[in-house]
Amino acid sequence: MSPLSTLTPLTLKKPSPARNRLRGGARYAPTLATVGLFIAMFAVGAGMYPSFLSGQVFLNLFIDNTFLIVLAVGMTFVILTGGIDLSVGAVVALSMMVSATLLQQGWNPGAVIVLVLLIGGGLGLLMGLIIQYFDIQPFIVTLAGMFLARGLCYVISLDSIPVNEAFFTGMAQAQIPLPGDLFVSPGVLLALGIVAAAFFVLHHTRFGRTVYAIGGNEHSAMLMGLPVKATKILVYALSGLCSAIAGILFSFYSLSGYSLAAQGMELDAIAAVVIGGTLLTGGTGYVLGSVVGVLVLGIVQTFIAYDGTLSSWWTKIVIGGLLLVFILLQRLFARKAR
Amino acid sequence: MKSLLKHRLAWPVIALAALLLLNQVFRPDFMSLRMQDGHLYGSLIDIMRNGAPTILIALGMTLVIATRGIDLSVGAVVAIAGAASCAYIAASPEPGSPVTAATAVLIAVVAGLALGVWNGFLVSTIGVQPIIATLVLMTAGRGVAQLITGGQIVSVSNDSYKSIGAGYLFTLPISILITAAVFALAAVLTRRTALGTLIEAVGINPVASRLAGLRARNIIWIVYVFSAVCAAIAGLMISSNVTAADANNAGLYIEMDAILAVVIGGTSLAGGRYTLVGTVVGAFIIQTLTTTVYTLGIPPEVTLVFKALVVITVCLLQAPKARNLLSRFKAAPKPAAKEAAKEKVAI
Repeated sequence: MSPLSTLTPLTLKKPSPARNRLRGGARYAPTLATVGLFIAMFAVGAGMYPSFLSGQVFLNLFIDNTFLIVLAVGMTFVILTGGIDLSVGAVVALSMMVSATLLQQGWNPGAVIVLVLLIGGGLGLLMGLIIQYFDIQPFIVTLAGMFLARGLCYVISLDSIPVNEAFFTGMAQAQIPLPGDLFVSPGVLLALGIVAAAFFVLHHTRFGRTVYAIGGNEHSAMLMGLPVKATKILVYALSGLCSAIAGILFSFYSLSGYSLAAQGMELDAIAAVVIGGTLLTGGTGYVLGSVVGVLVLGIVQTFIAYDGTLSSWWTKIVIGGLLLVFILLQRLFARKAR
Repeated sequence: MKSLLKHRLAWPVIALAALLLLNQVFRPDFMSLRMQDGHLYGSLIDIMRNGAPTILIALGMTLVIATRGIDLSVGAVVAIAGAASCAYIAASPEPGSPVTAATAVLIAVVAGLALGVWNGFLVSTIGVQPIIATLVLMTAGRGVAQLITGGQIVSVSNDSYKSIGAGYLFTLPISILITAAVFALAAVLTRRTALGTLIEAVGINPVASRLAGLRARNIIWIVYVFSAVCAAIAGLMISSNVTAADANNAGLYIEMDAILAVVIGGTSLAGGRYTLVGTVVGAFIIQTLTTTVYTLGIPPEVTLVFKALVVITVCLLQAPKARNLLSRFKAAPKPAAKEAAKEKVAI
C-alpha cells in the first residue's frame, strides 16, 4: 500500500451526518415551533373549557378562516421571493363587491366567478409588471394597488350589498359530513386543495424552485439562467388570483359585499405567514407553515370567544405579541445558522 | 431653465403648482385669503391645516426612510397618543383646566417617546427588519389604544386642549404653527449639524459607516424616536380637532399617506439622500389632491381611485428606468449616460 491510499479516507471524509441533521432541523425549526405552539394552545384550551376538545372546534378553525388560508398561500409565494403584497385585503373587498353587484343584476354565478378571478389575477399581473419593469419597490406598487382596489369598491357602492343568489347561498349553507358527526364547508375543501396545489408547485416544479432561488439571492438566480423576471411577475399575479379566490370564499361566508370589508386583512395574512416560519427576507419558509400560522390566529380568536370576558381588541394585542415572539425566534435561528 | 428642471424638487413642485392652478381654473376664488374675527381663512389655509398631521408624520418618516428603514406603526402611535391624552383628561378631577391639558400633552409625547424607543430597540439592537419590527406595533398598537379607551370614543371638553388642533394664534391655525416649528427644528438639527450627513451615511451603507467609526445604532434609534414623537403630536392634533379619541379610526392609513408624501417628495425608499422640503411638498400634493376632488365636483368616493392613479404616475415618472427611457427620447445618449452614472452614485 502506498502512503497515498492511507490519505484517501481523510480527504474523502464526508461531513458528519449529525451536523447535516442539525442543519435540516434548523430549517424546519420555526415552523415546528409554530406547530408546537398550536398544539400547546389547543391543550390549554381543552384544559380550561371542556367543550374545547372537540373535532368540530378544530374544523371550525378551518371553516372560519378559509379565505385567510388562501390569502396566506398567495402571500407565502410573494414573501418567499422577498417581496410583499399589501393589496390583498382590498382585492378581497373588490372581489366581494363585484360578485355581489353582478349577482344582483342576475348574472350567472359561474360567469361572475370567472370574471372576479380574471380581475384579481389581472390586477396582480399589472402590479408584478410595474414592479419588475420599472424597478419600483413592491411595497409602494402594492400600496397603490390597495388604494386602487379599495377606491373601485367605493365607486361601485358605499353600501353593503346582500347576496341572495341560489348558488352562493347554497355554498354558504352546505355542510359536507365527515365521520364522527363532524362537518366542513365546501370552502374548506377548496382551500385545502389550493394549499396542496401550492405545496406541489413550490416543492416539485421549476417555478417553485425559482421562487426559492430568487428569495435566496436574486442576482445568483439570474446568473444561473433562471427565469427571474417571469417568476417575479407571476408571483404577484398568483397572489392577486388567490385574493380573488379568497374574496369569493369570503362572499360564501358572509353572503354580502361591503366596500369596507376585509380591512387590515393583509396584515393578518402577513402575520400568519411570519408566524408560520417564513422569513421576510425571502428564500426560507413553507406553505404548510403559513396554514398553521392561520390556525394559530384562528385559535386566538376562538379563545377570546370562549372566554367571553375578554374584549375583541385583545386579539390584536395577542397577535402583535405572537408576531414579536416569532420574529425574535427567527433572529435567534438566523444567528445560529451563521 | 434646464438646470432648474434637473433640480430634484422640480417635479414635485411642478405637480403641486399644476394641481393648485387646476383648482384656480375651476374655482376662481380658490387662492383668495380673507380675514374674519382676526383669523385667516381660505382654501390654502384649509389645505395646510388638514395636512398638518400628515406633514408632521411624513417629516419623521423621511428621516426613518433615509436610514433605509420604514415606520408602519405611526398610525397606531397616533391612536395611542390620542387615546392616552383623552382618557387622562376625561378621568381627571378638573377636565377643563389648562394644567390638565398640558399634562395630557406631556403624557402623549412621553408615550410616543416610549413607543419610538421600542421600535428603535427592535430595529437597531435586535436587528429586525424595520418593516416587520414596526408591523408588530402597527398590529398591537390599535389594540392597546382600544384597551386605553375601553373600546369607546372618549370625548373631552377642554378649551386649551381643543386649541391644539382647532385654535388660532397670530391669525394662523395653531396646528400649522406647530408643524412649522417641528419642520424648522428638524431642518436645523439635520442640516446645520452633522446629524443629517450621518443619517444619510447610515442609509447609503450601514456597514461602511460603522467601519468609519459611526455609531449607526444610535442614529437609527434617534430617527425612530423622532418619528414616533411626531406621530404622537399628530395624534394630539387629530384628537383635539374633534375633541375625542377614536381608537379605531384615528390615523387610519396615515402611515400610507406619509410614506407616499416622502416618496412623491423625491426621497428614495432605498435610503440615503433625503429632502425634508420635498416631503412637505409631497404632503401638500396629497392634501391638495383631496381638495381638488371636491373642487372638480368628483364624487368623494372616487378620491381613492384618483389618488392611486396619481401615485402610480408619480412613481413611474420617478423610477430611474422610466427616466432613462424619457431622456433617451429627449437628448443625445451622452447626457443620459451621465445622469445614469449620477443616479448610481446617489444610490
